[in-house]
Amino acid sequence: MDFITGIFKTSLGRKYVMAITGAGLFGFVVMHMLGNLLVFAGPAAINEYAAKLHALGPLLWVARIGLLGMVGLHIWSAIKLTSENREARTVEYDAAAEPVDAHRRGDIVAKFAARTMIFSGLIIAAFAFYHLAHFTWKVPQINGAGMEDFESYYVADDFTTPLAEGKEGKNHADVFKMIVTGFKVPAVSVFYVVAVGLLCFHLSHGLSAMFQSLGIKNKNIAPWMDRFAVGASALIFLGYISIPVSVLAAFIKIG
Amino acid sequence: MDKLMNLKLKVWRQDDADDVGRFEEYQADDISPDMSFLEMLDVVNEGLIGSGKEPIAFDSDCREGICGSCSMVINGTAHGGQKGTTACQLHMRHFSDGMTITIEPWRATAFPVHRDLVVDRTAFDRIQQKGGFISVRTGSVPDANAIPVSKDESDLAMDAAQCIGCGACVAACKNASAMLFVAAKISHLSLVPQGQPERERRALAMVKQMDDEGFGNCTVTGSCEAVCPKEISLDFIARMNREYGRALIKKGTI
Ligand code: HEM
Ligand code: FES
Repeated sequence: MDFITGIFKTSLGRKYVMAITGAGLFGFVVMHMLGNLLVFAGPAAINEYAAKLHALGPLLWVARIGLLGMVGLHIWSAIKLTSENREARTVEYDAAAEPVDAHRRGDIVAKFAARTMIFSGLIIAAFAFYHLAHFTWKVPQINGAGMEDFESYYVADDFTTPLAEGKEGKNHADVFKMIVTGFKVPAVSVFYVVAVGLLCFHLSHGLSAMFQSLGIKNKNIAPWMDRFAVGASALIFLGYISIPVSVLAAFIKIG
Repeated sequence: MDKLMNLKLKVWRQDDADDVGRFEEYQADDISPDMSFLEMLDVVNEGLIGSGKEPIAFDSDCREGICGSCSMVINGTAHGGQKGTTACQLHMRHFSDGMTITIEPWRATAFPVHRDLVVDRTAFDRIQQKGGFISVRTGSVPDANAIPVSKDESDLAMDAAQCIGCGACVAACKNASAMLFVAAKISHLSLVPQGQPERERRALAMVKQMDDEGFGNCTVTGSCEAVCPKEISLDFIARMNREYGRALIKKGTI
């Protein structure tokens, strides 16, 4: 069989695609969270971090295109695999599963997270798009902060002093102010928390499935892999939501 | 003798592959708790024949859990849900007097219903024909211990070889995936020296046939392992994933 066909046109090949892109996206989610947590170190820390990322120039674009490619492949194989799965079972059982050994029901019936991967995934994708519009493209119409223009937030070279008249390319963006202003809007924060919750729900099944798809799971280490999946998901959830929660609780504030 | 039971059955009836099918209800009276599930169906069928009706068609052969013929979903659960048990080995004592039992055929696009509870499982045969064998010289019997096999590997190969190809994994999987079956077959032969010459070809060809038959994909729900009457482990699916990757790297052309 031709290698490309073997990867992109077979069930197992597409599962590798799913798992490898899933692992890559997980890596991004972790790095992104660690970067975000710098807001707790004050405006200088996060603004400087953001400036360094922007200074990467072409490398930043390589990363962005790489991420987009992974998202594209992940969604493509997710849709392909899921639609095949639907075709493979068109008639559902009439009776709900009631094994004679009732305690075995939990093992026999697929878990909720596993049954809803395509939905949690697609909602995350929609959220990611909104999130980019919110903080990357800085579209004032969707930030809910009274048409506040995040594009106009700049700091001086000390990364702390806000500038009234900053310029793109000349001054550094005031990411700190943007985050605080952005999350001050309760509806925005709530939406963010729900979306991150869904992502972690997706990961709670996805991360343990990933090891299986890559063929590196077995009964000896499976319990640890499952614990890793749940533990990592929980940490990611707490890490991300700590920011909007701290903003709303005025633990992180401007000035 | 234990008290006899009276049960209500709700059974899928379908005249042939083209019929739309429907559920019909039957009374199963004076059932001994010591009967097997299939014996209970035999009793019901005798009654049906006695009253001039068509008996319920179902597959069975060995009735001792080794042939894999008896395929039925009992109360939404392939083989009824007792650990490591086929429908023919399931005893009526697990059910309670007066209850309604729903009996349905395996549901999978790749396993079309022939009639009532009988499904066409030749998709499994076609997968097997693509590589679930080894090629050896026939004629005189080979010397028993001529090929050394390590104990660990032969034990593991035997665990995989337990698969009786009943199709419960497909029936239980929400995606009607046949991966536990194919994984058992690929793993079994990849673990022993006799399986080595065709190892890569086998993995590639069996996976391709599995896809072509229209089975779904594994999403690691574990349902297959939970209903498998031979308790084939999910580990074999991970092993199959490795085998397939290895085969692609070794034998895949660019
Ligand atoms: C963007 C839209 C997304 C969709 C539509 C989607 C959908 C899916 C689906 C259907 C699966 C298969 C689940 C299974 O095997 O049971 C999956 C697995 C996975 N997803 Fe996503 N997902 C998306 C985004 C993400 C993101 C952003 C991440 C990472 C943070 C991620 C990480 C994973 C992982 C690690 C797996 C496990 C791969 C495997 O099954 O081997 N997904 N995803
Ligand atoms: S009839 Fe042979 S396994 Fe049940």
